[in-house]
Amino acid sequence: MRRYILGFVCLLCFSIFSIAQEHGHEQPTAEPHGDSGCGEPEHGEFNPGETAFHHISDQNIYSIGPFHLPLPCFLYAPDKGWSVFSSGRFHADAHGNGHMAVDGYVLVEGMVRRIMDAGFPAAEVEVGHHPYLQKAKGADGKEKEIPFVCYNSQLYQTEAKSTADGGLFGGGITSFYDFSITKNVVSMMLILALFAWMFISIANAYKKRDGMAPKGVQSFIEPIFLFIQDEVAKPFLGHMWEKYLPFLMSLFFFILGLNLFGQIPFLGGSNVTGNLAITMVLAIITFLVVNFNGNKHYWEHILWMPGVPAWVKTILTPVEILGVFIKPLTLMLRLFANITAGHMVVVIFVGLIFLFGKSGENAGASYGTAVGSTLLTLFMMSIELLVAFIQAFVFTILTASYIGAATEEAHH
Amino acid sequence: MFGSITAIGMGLAVIGAGIGIGQIGGKAMEAIARQPEAVGDIRANMILMAALVEGAALIAIVVAFLSNAA
Repeated sequence: MRRYILGFVCLLCFSIFSIAQEHGHEQPTAEPHGDSGCGEPEHGEFNPGETAFHHISDQNIYSIGPFHLPLPCFLYAPDKGWSVFSSGRFHADAHGNGHMAVDGYVLVEGMVRRIMDAGFPAAEVEVGHHPYLQKAKGADGKEKEIPFVCYNSQLYQTEAKSTADGGLFGGGITSFYDFSITKNVVSMMLILALFAWMFISIANAYKKRDGMAPKGVQSFIEPIFLFIQDEVAKPFLGHMWEKYLPFLMSLFFFILGLNLFGQIPFLGGSNVTGNLAITMVLAIITFLVVNFNGNKHYWEHILWMPGVPAWVKTILTPVEILGVFIKPLTLMLRLFANITAGHMVVVIFVGLIFLFGKSGENAGASYGTAVGSTLLTLFMMSIELLVAFIQAFVFTILTASYIGAATEEAHH
Repeated sequence: MFGSITAIGMGLAVIGAGIGIGQIGGKAMEAIARQPEAVGDIRANMILMAALVEGAALIAIVVAFLSNAA
């Protein structure tokens, strides 16, 4: 057993170091071709924080190691309608920067952006290999570093990426809408297909093997299912547990599956449950389920708390109404923050190699840090495995407790 | 320096949540030592309480983020 663990650690060390070397060699040999006349883009210092954000954000290509799988892009701009094409037409490099522009869209760090200048040609044109980071005013009027692309020796500003998280992490509402099947959507579809197949076969097994001991994947899922049913649904929901069990189970297994899928190394590391838009949708569903099922008793306690003096009610009612919205808000943020933090820490530990090894210049330091950061990464990932289960459980148990509080019968 | 005030705010939020979760964890350990047969119930309630304390810290962190962005 110990030999296998040692072998696995060595393999991981080696693969992390080979990635480190790949990155290290890239920089001195940058721009061998595809220079469109805007000069050498500036290479700043290696920034682990930015690298981590780049790696955990959603992307329009699916990168597994050196392979970049193109994904379909569905882009809609109100002023020019739909653009539907494969992201392979951007000809992305290892960093996810496409060196072709299609229909006025470019790919910067794996995400589609639109070029703001109306004079930019709509056809497929070459835009050089690297985006150029320059300080400029964004759509919101604030000055920050914005990627520009180079075409015919002229720089064109790109718009922010189109995301639904309200611009909290660099995206925002833009002049175009990105409905593409991104990396996160592909991961979600894969997990849904896997779970549909798994649960249908388990359900059939229960029908066929009625009264017999569970077998195969059935015996792996049964204790987890029973745990959620007996520890979460029954204590919190009382006699109504059967009505909400399908919802709780869907939540739990959806979150757990995607948490675990994001943990698999070298498989794109998709960060689905660490995406604010996805946790927001989950929280909104919970919000709707809780409030549509809330009984008179629940609303009375929010709007006009019985048994307290009237002047206290004037303070209590606004607080309670805020509470209705804060509950799903914290659900959304908790899952997002925990999963994102886990992914970021792993990427930053790997980033330490580039930081201490000065992006490959100092080979000795790279080797040394590679060993250390591999061990740290292994440690972090085993904690993340625990967090994947805990966060799925916490989301489910809190949902159950909110539903339980909203549907409880009056007993005083 | 980038977002240094934000970092202080996030650090303060984490201190509060850390004290809270530490209290919950410590008391849960004491409770388990006193009544090992109730370990299942105590653990579930401990996680639930820790999640609720975490919620307060998360709101503080988001406010710190937003004030940095605005």
